[in-house]
Amino acid sequence: MPSNTQAKRLISRRLVMQENVAAYLFLLPFLLFFVGFVLYPMFMCVYTSFFDATMGREDIFVGFRNYKELFSDPVFWVALKNTAIIVVVSVPITCAFSLWVASAISRMPVAATSAFRCIFYLPVVTGSVAVTMVWKWMFNNYYGIFNYLGQSAGLIDKPINWLGDPKYALGCIILILLTTSVGQPIVLYVSALDNVDKSLVEAAEVDGATPLQAFWKVKWPQMMPTTLYILVITTINSFQCFALIQLLTSGGPRNSTMTIMYYIYYNAFKLYRYGYGNAMGVILAIIIAILSAVQFRLGQEK
Amino acid sequence: MNNQYTRKSRIYYAFTFTLIFLIALTFLFPLYWIITGSFKIKKEILSATPVWFPSEWVTTNYANLLAKRSAPLFEIGSFVGPTIPGALRWLLNTVFMSAVAMLLTCFTASMAGYALAKKRFFGRTILFSLIVAAMALPKQVILIPLLREMSSLNLYDTIWAAIIPVVGWPFGVFLIKQFAEGIPTEMVEACRIDGASEWRTFTDVMFPMIKPGVGACAIFTFINSWNDYFMQLIMLTSTKNLTISLGIATMQGENSTDFGLIMAGSALASVPIIIVFLIFQKYFTKGITMGAVKG
Repeated sequence: MPSNTQAKRLISRRLVMQENVAAYLFLLPFLLFFVGFVLYPMFMCVYTSFFDATMGREDIFVGFRNYKELFSDPVFWVALKNTAIIVVVSVPITCAFSLWVASAISRMPVAATSAFRCIFYLPVVTGSVAVTMVWKWMFNNYYGIFNYLGQSAGLIDKPINWLGDPKYALGCIILILLTTSVGQPIVLYVSALDNVDKSLVEAAEVDGATPLQAFWKVKWPQMMPTTLYILVITTINSFQCFALIQLLTSGGPRNSTMTIMYYIYYNAFKLYRYGYGNAMGVILAIIIAILSAVQFRLGQEK
Repeated sequence: MNNQYTRKSRIYYAFTFTLIFLIALTFLFPLYWIITGSFKIKKEILSATPVWFPSEWVTTNYANLLAKRSAPLFEIGSFVGPTIPGALRWLLNTVFMSAVAMLLTCFTASMAGYALAKKRFFGRTILFSLIVAAMALPKQVILIPLLREMSSLNLYDTIWAAIIPVVGWPFGVFLIKQFAEGIPTEMVEACRIDGASEWRTFTDVMFPMIKPGVGACAIFTFINSWNDYFMQLIMLTSTKNLTISLGIATMQGENSTDFGLIMAGSALASVPIIIVFLIFQKYFTKGITMGAVKG
């Protein structure tokens, strides 16, 4: 019965059509925002990076000149180096610290677990401006508690201008960044530890494994997807650290806290060099894409 | 033997508890310092030896903060409302911005998340990869194009310029998609077979079931939008349009060592959102963990 199958096919094709139309109608409101204000700007970022663009005049096509200039710009290399330092120092510390805290607090009574989880999340909720302001006070040359504590403990003999000294400024930024980035990983690790297959842990303990062995041999492999996710978000977070730098040091002293993120902002808002800033954005996006891909590959191999 | 082992682990347990307790105190300290600092007298703020607890509690810092700048309560066309302290207007702007961003995100994300989880449509895989890729990208990368786009749409320096990019950010969709995937497809199909329209299926069957996910998305968006200093910084400039964080940051530029004033502003910017967080903490935590499950 060829006509019957043909009819069926027609009906099913119409159903597929309907399903498609319905799906896109549901997606439409989101797509308006997503395409208009995320994808389109992404495309424009790449596109404008080939132009000499600024306020109030037509963009001039310059080919790869922005990129050429970028690679010979000493400030860009300093910014890249500082960004790398921030990522390399803060990512492992954040991951290790949050794993340690999470594994310790997840064994506590439920109320204590959630209280600690909440406290470690507070700096994130407090907001970058308020957090930055209070740290600025604590690091202050004359009225800050760090100089007081350091001097009374005998660690330093005269007040240090923490944020004004190229030797310390980046370290101070990283310290503040750490306090605002452990919150989310702790929440994630606590829930991952909750979801670990309890029977496997018990079996290992019956077989005489110490708690430490049970942790590394049984729980840790099961938490691998969480660890991977934490690595990726912490890396992105460290790249994104902006408010701290803009409000505390503006990239100074002597570019010692200049990062790529701040340099993009600086080019866009102080120099109005839109094309140049976009070229930097493209390079940054490529770096992050490569890093995320590498982290995923490493995680999957294990 | 066994006894000795538990004793050792009990000591270890007490030791880690104490250590984590002390670290937690240092995490609480900045907040304590903001709040006490905002009520201290000038002499105690500018003292080289820190005053751990204010000897007297004063509200001068708040009074200064409110007196510094002023802005109209509202403006509709050429009709200008009564003048109020700038900081209050900033607070109102921030509440408006976060609430609108939250509502719009929940509306768009619950529909899109449902479609991505339960519908088979052309381009589904590509769209999902784009969403994941966009989430991995720092927002700062698209700042310049976004800025130019907003000014060509005449939205620059309006609160909408800070709201729209938040709504376009795909995390909410991702989160609700994860949640909707946990709901059996049979429920949706049964409803369709009974003759309900696509829209009815969504509002009457799907939405009630993804409500916890939408709740997590709502609180997550509200808090993130409140604290999204970067987007506010590049999009808003005139005094009447600032948000509370941005307003405090601007004031700080002019009164950089008046820490009492700045702490009062910081308290005003952070205490409301901390209260919101504490009330909805459970949903918030759920949102974070849900967004992390790979799909």
